[in-house]
Amino acid sequence: MTANLTNNFEVFAPRLVSQDEIFTSGHRACQGCGPATALRQIGKAIGRELIVCNATGCMEIVASPYPFSAWEVPWIHVAFENTAAIASGVAAGIEVLRRKGKFYTNHEKITVLGIGGDGGTMDIGLQALSGALERGHDFLYICYDNEAYMNTGIQRSSGTPFGASTTTSPSGKASFGQKTNKKNFAEICIAHDIPYVATASVSHPSDLMAKVKKGAEVKGPAVLHVFAPCPTGWRCGSELTIRLARMAVETGIFPLYEYENHEYRLNVDIDELRDIREYADCFEKRPYMESQGRFRHLKNEDEILATIQSEVRERYMRLRAKCANVSGGRR
Amino acid sequence: MHDDVRRRIGIEVSLGHAEAVKLCNVDAIAAYPITPQTHIVEHLSELCADGEIDAAYVPVESEHSAMSACIGMSATGCRTFTATSSQGLALMHEVLFIASGMRFPIVMTVVNRALSAPLNIWGDQSDIMANRDIGWIQLFGNNGQECYDLTPMCFKIAEDHRVLLPTILNIDGFTVSHVVEPIETLTREDVDGFLPPYEPVLRLDVDKPAMFGAVGHPDVYTEVKKVLDDTLIASRTVIDEVFEEFGQRFGRTYKAVEEYRTEDADTIVFTIGGTIGEIAHVSVDALRAEGHKVGQVLLRVWRPFPYDDIRRVLDGRKCVVVYDRALSFGGPGGPVASEIRAAMYGRPGAPPIHSIVAALGGRDIRWRHIVDQVKQAQIRALEGPFPPYEMVGVRQ
Repeated sequence: MTANLTNNFEVFAPRLVSQDEIFTSGHRACQGCGPATALRQIGKAIGRELIVCNATGCMEIVASPYPFSAWEVPWIHVAFENTAAIASGVAAGIEVLRRKGKFYTNHEKITVLGIGGDGGTMDIGLQALSGALERGHDFLYICYDNEAYMNTGIQRSSGTPFGASTTTSPSGKASFGQKTNKKNFAEICIAHDIPYVATASVSHPSDLMAKVKKGAEVKGPAVLHVFAPCPTGWRCGSELTIRLARMAVETGIFPLYEYENHEYRLNVDIDELRDIREYADCFEKRPYMESQGRFRHLKNEDEILATIQSEVRERYMRLRAKCANVSGGRR
Repeated sequence: MHDDVRRRIGIEVSLGHAEAVKLCNVDAIAAYPITPQTHIVEHLSELCADGEIDAAYVPVESEHSAMSACIGMSATGCRTFTATSSQGLALMHEVLFIASGMRFPIVMTVVNRALSAPLNIWGDQSDIMANRDIGWIQLFGNNGQECYDLTPMCFKIAEDHRVLLPTILNIDGFTVSHVVEPIETLTREDVDGFLPPYEPVLRLDVDKPAMFGAVGHPDVYTEVKKVLDDTLIASRTVIDEVFEEFGQRFGRTYKAVEEYRTEDADTIVFTIGGTIGEIAHVSVDALRAEGHKVGQVLLRVWRPFPYDDIRRVLDGRKCVVVYDRALSFGGPGGPVASEIRAAMYGRPGAPPIHSIVAALGGRDIRWRHIVDQVKQAQIRALEGPFPPYEMVGVRQ
């Protein structure tokens, strides 16, 4: 297995990671929260010259119960579906006020960041995001993907994977859970042909922070799709967050790649994809699917598991074939 | 258009209004086209494209995003404008509450139009009446001159630090917005002297971080809403001040409740918006010529609702006929009439209030119709029966 995390690993070695906490402790996230971990990494990567536009969702709720705030930077929340439009407005506002000499500060670079969960991004927020990407505003949009509407109690979203049991795609006598495949969000963004699109995972913080930094620095719109497990919604141990996120990368369920200058690049190329059923983690000794209660009902559903497994591999191979930095044909 | 001298020009009201927006030195516009608002945003686009307005023009993908982008721009400290109509306003509905809750002084023109279904692009006031309770200041411009003059006034009211509320200027679709009228223009110097630059109290500032739109738990939500309502009600003082100052500077004085030939009138024709408002002038003149003591009251400020003025002008009358271009389905008839009834309820000697719903979806209403309807209402006021409301001009 080769793990080509970043081109320049030294620069983002853990010892060089900023000690400054932009997303501070004391917020209301659950134990082992993947998205909160992601926000902490994102804050460290960008720093304090940052304006956050947050969609309604768990990361908004846990960070902002008035009069408390977990963010040490200016932050705005308006509604669920319009975060990319808000970020458009903020980016356009900064640009015009700078041009007219009416901007309040001389900071050269202020990153406008839109943040939404998978529901607020891939479902209800997709139209606003598409419009904003098309118009080319200078902002970074980050979708933290915990694969369901976790804030409201674990309902399915278009980021929910095939077979997962949620409160609105429950498994039952006549159903095995979620019946459709996870929406390929990164591809939708890539189809807008914007300067930078990447996937990242809380399990690969150096890679994630490098991508956040790149997305913030690139001129024009950038999108990051961040995999961030939710122990509450996934019904798994809260100590498994990072481990499951890593498994998702190593099984090919959530590959880490970038789209830049019209080219795909695979950041972590797995020679031998782990099997979603057979992968034995060194502590839990349990495979990816089995460690999560949302897939519990599939334990003896060999046919469904085989379908999921072959889909995962096929999607990974299709992606791999598009990537310029890997030689074609390898498994 | 030359902005250095005051002139009297013939111009379509939408374009004249856009010219007034130009003089207000807006920083940011986000809009989505919808009939009959289109001429406004088209002309603003042209003015931006020609460099006559130095503003961010963000052509968004929906009205929901238009208002959202406006909030984003206003949050950075921009003087912000948008315009919409009908379905567009309905699509914005959710975000309108948030704009007022977060106290962003965005100015929006609503060119009033009917709501679907059936699909109808023509004028009535169903759109704004469905957005009555959004916490915005809501004014009505009845003709080209009023729409032009009210434009800088809207910004001045909205941005006053005692107010900081978003403000809607309503214009009747087509029958006002698309009519070529004579408009006396203001100069750039006039507007610069009248309207100071926007100074936000708070904005998205990396040097002074603040939270906008935090979660309001049950222990604070009520207080925030109460402050919003108190501020909206108190904005009336600022509205009156701005109307007064405008009158002193430019000679055209505006009032929250305007009166026409009401001095000795026993019957009042109560109107909101330009279409019926302007026609009713003619009807009142005709009724007066026949010896009827009829006057007209025009409501300019819809929110905050001017209770005291309305009571003052309606107390002691014998009959009030309220014209609405919208219907509160399964409810009290016309929404304006409902508010007037609420204002007059329990007052000793309160006049009977007759609610007439007319001119929906662009249906014509003529001055003769109003004359007949007022006469009918006068008889009913004396003899009854008095229906909750009457929808006039319905084919049987």
